[in-house]
Amino acid sequence: MAEDITFKIFRGEPDNDGNIIGEMVDYTVPMDDGMVVLDVIHRIQAEHAPDLACRWNCKAGKCGSCSAEVNGKPRLMCMTRMEDILEETEEGEPVLVKPMQAFPLTRDLVTDTSWAYEMNKKMVPINGPEELDWNFNQREANRIQEFRSCIECMLCVNTCHVLREHEKFDEFAGPRFFVRLAGLEMHPLDTENRIPEIKEDFGIGYCNITRCCTDVCPAGINITDNAIIPLKERVVTEYYDPLAILAKKLGIRK
Amino acid sequence: MDEKYIIHEHDVVIIGAGGAGLRAAIEASKSGVSVAMICKSMLGKAHTVMAEGGAAAALGNKDPRDNWKIHFRDTMKGGKYLNDWRMAKIHAQQAPDRIRELETWGAVFDRTEKGLTNQRNFGGHTYPRLAHIGDATGLELIRTLQEKGVHMGMDIFMEFTVRKIFKTDGKVSGCFAYNRNDGTLHVFKAKTIVMATGGATRCWEVCSGSWEYTGEGYALAYWAGAEMGDMEFIQFHPTGMIWPPSVKGILVTEGVRGEGGMLTNSEGNRFMFEYVPEMYKDEFAETEEEALEWVSEIVSGKLATVRRPPELLTRDVVAKAINAERDAGRSSEHGGAYLDISWRNPEEVKKKLPGMYHQFKELAAVDITTEKMEVGPTAHYVMGGIRVDPETQETTVPRMYAAGEAATGLHGANRLGGNSLSDLIVFGKIAGDYAAKRAKEIEYFSIIEESEIDKAIEDTLAPLNRESGENPAKVVEDLREMMQNKVRIIRTESLLKEALLDLNELEIRGKNTSSGSSRIYNPGWHQSLEIDAMIDVSRMCTLAALHREESRGGHTREDFPVPDYKYWGKINSVITQKDVMAIEHRMYPPMDEDLKKLLDADDFHEEE
Repeated sequence: MAEDITFKIFRGEPDNDGNIIGEMVDYTVPMDDGMVVLDVIHRIQAEHAPDLACRWNCKAGKCGSCSAEVNGKPRLMCMTRMEDILEETEEGEPVLVKPMQAFPLTRDLVTDTSWAYEMNKKMVPINGPEELDWNFNQREANRIQEFRSCIECMLCVNTCHVLREHEKFDEFAGPRFFVRLAGLEMHPLDTENRIPEIKEDFGIGYCNITRCCTDVCPAGINITDNAIIPLKERVVTEYYDPLAILAKKLGIRK
Repeated sequence: MDEKYIIHEHDVVIIGAGGAGLRAAIEASKSGVSVAMICKSMLGKAHTVMAEGGAAAALGNKDPRDNWKIHFRDTMKGGKYLNDWRMAKIHAQQAPDRIRELETWGAVFDRTEKGLTNQRNFGGHTYPRLAHIGDATGLELIRTLQEKGVHMGMDIFMEFTVRKIFKTDGKVSGCFAYNRNDGTLHVFKAKTIVMATGGATRCWEVCSGSWEYTGEGYALAYWAGAEMGDMEFIQFHPTGMIWPPSVKGILVTEGVRGEGGMLTNSEGNRFMFEYVPEMYKDEFAETEEEALEWVSEIVSGKLATVRRPPELLTRDVVAKAINAERDAGRSSEHGGAYLDISWRNPEEVKKKLPGMYHQFKELAAVDITTEKMEVGPTAHYVMGGIRVDPETQETTVPRMYAAGEAATGLHGANRLGGNSLSDLIVFGKIAGDYAAKRAKEIEYFSIIEESEIDKAIEDTLAPLNRESGENPAKVVEDLREMMQNKVRIIRTESLLKEALLDLNELEIRGKNTSSGSSRIYNPGWHQSLEIDAMIDVSRMCTLAALHREESRGGHTREDFPVPDYKYWGKINSVITQKDVMAIEHRMYPPMDEDLKKLLDADDFHEEE
């Protein structure tokens, strides 16, 4: 059935002063049944442009490496079927593929996500008991297992307007890391009080729950409702709830 | 040479950041030495992240009859007795503590009703033994180790590829790498090096591996003079996706069968009943009724009182059965077999196998809660690897250690599902521990010959300087297709010999590829540099397969279709770099008497 498909892909890199020099380049290749966007990129590399830069690993939606903006929408290229892309692309128009826009460009479709690794280092890890015999039930596990299914694709960070438009990278941890913090804060073994830093250092107040992050999450994590809002509530209870403050003074609550 | 390079000094350099590399790095860092971890991908993206079903450890949470002795026995039996029994013992004994340790570091495995780590059934394991989180256990393992590791002071070099291991006076002294992001060149001086570089299944066209699985770890060790073992044993996982073509090879977890998934052919028969090998006859159900009874006991949380379904035979057996059904004209629509879990409650399927549910829904438009999956064999794992000392994980090159899929010994001729994740954390820890201890005894970094560095730089930059040449993707594609057709599940002498000749030709083509001249994140350049390793690893596998004139585990010969207990059943292949690639065969030391008693005398065939 080898139908041809045209992709318009961003090619370019920053110059020595950090200005991005690049253009959108057309590539046309034959397409087979059942292909995903990443298959088309690989075919373009094999037939036209061996040096087209693109990150990928597992090609099965498990590692979160091949994040890009396809037709303007942030998604994993390995889990985006061409069938669906063709449906949304106007007849005769090329499919647009760009790198994630919120991160500094390395080259072509590859961006520098080292911010995320630096941010991760700021989160104090679990401080569980030394002895190995302890237990908790599946209901407690369910809540954090949702957070732990994050594949760190950074699509949520890429789409969050606090970071993408307002560039609050120094003051705001972003959705990925609120998921991480929620997983720590709600972990049955965790003994840290994380609320002050969630408010002060990680800037949860900046989030005004527009839910863009939840919309793009390929792991289906309900970031806004299950991670961010509960953390916001804990901050409110800690800092602004008069009853809780009184209870704390009286020593009824920690 | 006027190319600039950057010099780093670390007591221990760990190559690879999957489960084994991270666990080694944590252990080494703990002891206070300086540690560098070098990885081809970004941290947390290594191949471990793709592991699905679970990590095997005889915790006995789900069935108290389990213990390390039975795990040892199952591992040896599954490996068809070519395992290094000393590693199989250490692994079975230490895996439970490594799993519990992960939990104290924040891992959240699925729970039993009593709130303990839950365990699932898997092929070749007598009892439910695999700690798991749905079907994303690898993600949990790598994330837990990553989050622990980044707080331990190690230096992490992401998206770096190691090109050469340096030796000084016959001992490892460092390595050369380049940064894939910016093309800068780096020399790492090291007192010890841990190879935690995973496997090589990208050498086959249909595989479950990521691009990283090009076997550079094996090749680097081999080029540095290390002994390689058991390279003929390649695990073809019986259940990879087969349709549509673009997803061919993607893994379908054995957990599907552990949760009661049934394999059927085009005639609707559960064909696995016909393929139970003699050595497993007593342990598997003889009728569908018995198999269903077992599943219903397991699903309702009871201890099994009847025998398990034959779908839970070891991977080598199931893969070959699917292959044989296809050859007999009874395959599924697209040339594999049907795998059916749709008879179970849809909510349970989504909870226990969420990844499979999404994978089939999104990539194949199949709803596994109501429809059958189509599956077929996919190259999944290399049982062979770098030969190591079972106690310390040191290779035959002094100061070089190896762990995980990079090393050989634990799995023999066939690996049991779930024994890989536990392998990573058991032997990763041991390798990190001994590499650090050894490094502490060494006072100075050795001097690395400048000429060797120059040579490494020249080789690395060569593809960038070729103005014309073949697209490296084409050479790699042809290599993978050749291996798929000639060094396949069922092998024959004539095709293996052809493969060796083909590899010579591919090697020449590989040395003349061109990829554009940019050093900034240039995938063509990266791929050009992978070809040499893929060629030599393919050669090791082919050569070892040609010599082993019998069928056993992950090595099946059409011209020698049965196991040979007298000779081949007792020896392992060893490959070293001489003038050409050289092969010999050797035995492990005799097994301790008390361990021998744990095995089934009937299939151990000691006296023959």
